[in-house]
Amino acid sequence: MSVGDFGFFVICLTAIVLLAAQAVVHPSEFAQILVFGLADGAIYALVALGYTMVYGIIELINFAHGDVFTLGAYVAAAVMGFFAGTSEDTFSVSNLVALLVTFPAAMLLMGAVNITIERVAYRPLRNAPRLAPLITAIGMSFLLEGIMFVWSGPFTVHVPDLLPHGPGFNTTIGGVFIEFKDVFVVVAAAILVSLLAVFINRSKLGKAMRATAQDRDASQLMGININRTIAATFFIGALLAGAGGVIWGLYFNAITYNLGFRTGLVAFTSAVFGGIGNIPGAALGGMVIGLTAAFSDAYIGSKWTQVVIFGILIGVLVFRPTGLLGMRVPEK
Amino acid sequence: MPAARSLWSRLHLRERIRDRDTAVYGVLLIVALVWPMATIFATGDTFLTSQAAHAGTWVLLAVGLNVVVGFAGLLDLGYAAFFAIGAYSYALFASFQLASSPLHHAYHLPFWLMLFVGMFVAAAFGAILGFPTLRLRGDYLAIVTLGFGEIVPQLFLNLDQWTGGINAIGSIDQPSLPAWITGPWAGANDIAIVRDFNFSFDPVAYYVLIVILIIGAVILVNNLHRSRLGRAWMAIREDEVAAAAMGINTVTTKLLAFAIGASFSGFAGAYYGASFGLVSPDSFLFVVSVTVLVMVVLGGMGNIAGVIIGAIAIYFLLNSVLSSLPANLQSLSNAIGLGWLNNSNGAWPGLSELAQRLQFLLYGLILVLMMLLRPQGIFPSRIREQELKHAVATEEETVVEQAHAS
Repeated sequence: MSVGDFGFFVICLTAIVLLAAQAVVHPSEFAQILVFGLADGAIYALVALGYTMVYGIIELINFAHGDVFTLGAYVAAAVMGFFAGTSEDTFSVSNLVALLVTFPAAMLLMGAVNITIERVAYRPLRNAPRLAPLITAIGMSFLLEGIMFVWSGPFTVHVPDLLPHGPGFNTTIGGVFIEFKDVFVVVAAAILVSLLAVFINRSKLGKAMRATAQDRDASQLMGININRTIAATFFIGALLAGAGGVIWGLYFNAITYNLGFRTGLVAFTSAVFGGIGNIPGAALGGMVIGLTAAFSDAYIGSKWTQVVIFGILIGVLVFRPTGLLGMRVPEK
Repeated sequence: MPAARSLWSRLHLRERIRDRDTAVYGVLLIVALVWPMATIFATGDTFLTSQAAHAGTWVLLAVGLNVVVGFAGLLDLGYAAFFAIGAYSYALFASFQLASSPLHHAYHLPFWLMLFVGMFVAAAFGAILGFPTLRLRGDYLAIVTLGFGEIVPQLFLNLDQWTGGINAIGSIDQPSLPAWITGPWAGANDIAIVRDFNFSFDPVAYYVLIVILIIGAVILVNNLHRSRLGRAWMAIREDEVAAAAMGINTVTTKLLAFAIGASFSGFAGAYYGASFGLVSPDSFLFVVSVTVLVMVVLGGMGNIAGVIIGAIAIYFLLNSVLSSLPANLQSLSNAIGLGWLNNSNGAWPGLSELAQRLQFLLYGLILVLMMLLRPQGIFPSRIREQELKHAVATEEETVVEQAHAS
C-alpha cells in the first residue's frame, strides 16, 4: 500500500466515521438524507457509465455527454406533451402509456445523437493529438446546449410529473418520508445497470468492447470492427444518459439548458472516483458521489457542495488516480 | 542603382519578410502603434481603443497558456482560476473591500507592485496544484485543472465576508504613474508633454500599458522558448520517456511550465482588475478557460505570433461579430422587407432574440469546425509543421515498402 493509497483510505474512513456519528445521534434525519442521496446517486451512476465506457474505449472525456443527458430530459418533456389524457394529479393508464413511450423514445433518440456526434466530431480525429478531440467535445457540448437554448431559451422547462404521487404513494418508515419516485429512481437505475452488466459480460458485442478497450490494434487483427464497436459504445452510453435524463425530469420536474454541464462534471467525478474505465466502479462511484452531495448539502451547506465534489475529484486523482476499484492503467 | 540595391540587401528585408513570424510581428507592431491614432481620428472617440485594451488582456492570457499547452504539451482546462487569483489578489489589496472584512482595514497597495504579487501568487498556486498532479497521465492533469477551475470561482463566491461574494469587488484603484512621470510636464498644464496620460479616465493609457506588457511578455516567452528550458519542454512534449532518458527532470520541467503559465494568468488578472475596475466571481467561469484554449489552438499551438493573432481573432468574433449579430440581423430584415420576423409570435421568439440565443450554438459550431478543418491552427509553429510533414512522409514510405514487400 503506497502513501497515496493510505491517505485515500484515511480520508474515506474519517468521512465514514463522521457520518456514522451523525447516524447515531440523529438517525431519522440521517436516513432521510440517505434517501435523497440514493436517488441522486442513481442518476449520477447512469450518466457516469457513459463517461467511463467512452473513456475506457477511446480515452476521451466526452464533454458532450452531460448535454446528451439534458437533451434526453428535454425530449422527454416534449414527448410527454404529445399525450392527451395524462394527468399530473392522479395516476392513470395514459400516464403509464406515456411513460412507456417516452423512455424508449428519448433513449433511442439520444443514442442516435451520440452516434452522430462520434461520427462527425470524434472519428475523424481519432489519430490526432489528444487535444483535438477534447476541443471538439467541448464544442459539441456548447452546440448541444446552444440547441436547447434556441429551443426554449434561458427558461426553466417543466417536465410533467407523471409518476404516481400524492397520498397512497408515499409512506413514512421510522420518521423517514419515502415517496414512490424515490424507489422508482433507484429501481429503474438498478435494472438498467444490471442489463448493461449482463450485456457487457455476456454478449459478443460486449466482449468486442472489452477487447477494444484493452488493445485496439490487437482486437482489429482478431476481426473486430473497431468503428462499429466504438459507435456501439457511444450508443449504449447515450441510452443510459437518455434514461437518466428522463428519470431526472420525472424526479425534479424542472430542467434548464445548462443542467448538463454541472451534472456531467459531477457524473464524471463519479466515474473517476470509481476508477475510470471501470463499469461497476462508475455505478458505485455515482452512488457514493450522490450520497456525498446529499450529506454535504445537509451538513456543510449546499453552497459548498460543488467545492466538496471537485475537491474529491482532485483528491482522488492526487492520492489514488486509479479510483476506488480501478486498476493501474499504463501510460500509452 | 547599385547603392540602393546594396542597402536593400544589407537590411536583409526580403529574408526577414520571408520569415513569416517576423513579418507577423512587424505588422502587429505597426498596427498596435497606429491603432489608437487611426481609430480616434476615424471615429472621434476612444471606444475602439478601449476594446483593443480589453483584447490585450486575452492576448496576454493566450501567450501565457501557450507556454503550458503549446510548448510543454500539458493540458490546462482551469486557466481562468489563475486569472481569478491574480484579479482577486489585486482587487482585495487595492480597494475598500478589506475594510468590511474581518480585517477591518482597507489596503491600497500600488498597482505596479501588485502586478508582480498577483503573478507570484498565481504561480505559487500553479506550483501547489501542479506538484502532486504532474506525475500523472496527461489527461488527468486536464481533469484536475478543470476541477480547480470550478472550485476557485466558487470559493470567491462563497467566502463573501472577504470577497463580497456575488456583490463583486468594485471601485478598484486605478494605477498611478510614479511622480517623475506625472511631474509638472504631464497632464493639464501649460508645459505638458505627456498630455492627459491618466489612467483614471483615459483608455489610451490602458492601451499603452497593455501593449507594453504584451511586448515584454512576448520577448520573455520568445527567449524562454529558445532557452535550454524551452528545448526541454519541447522534448517532453514530443516524447516524455525519451526526454527523461536524456537527463531531463520531467517533473521539475513540467512544473516550471505550469507555474510560468499560471504566472502570466495572474499578471493578466491584476491588469484586468485595474482596467475593468470590477472583479466578480462569474467572470472566471469554465467558458473563459475554454476560450483562451481555443485562442491558443486556433492561432497555432507553440507559435507565439500565431497565438496573438488567434486571440485577437477570437476576441473580435465573440465581442464584435456574435454580439452585434442580433442588431445586424434585425436591421437587415427590416431593410429587405421582412420586418415581421422581428416580432415574437407564439413559439417564434423574434429574430433578434433568436440570434441572441444562437450565439452559444454558433460558438460551439465554430469550435468543432475549426478542429475538423484546420487542427494545426492558422499559423502553426514551423517546427511542428515540419514534424507533421515528416511523419506523414515516413508513413507513406513504409506503406510503399510494404507494398513492394508483398
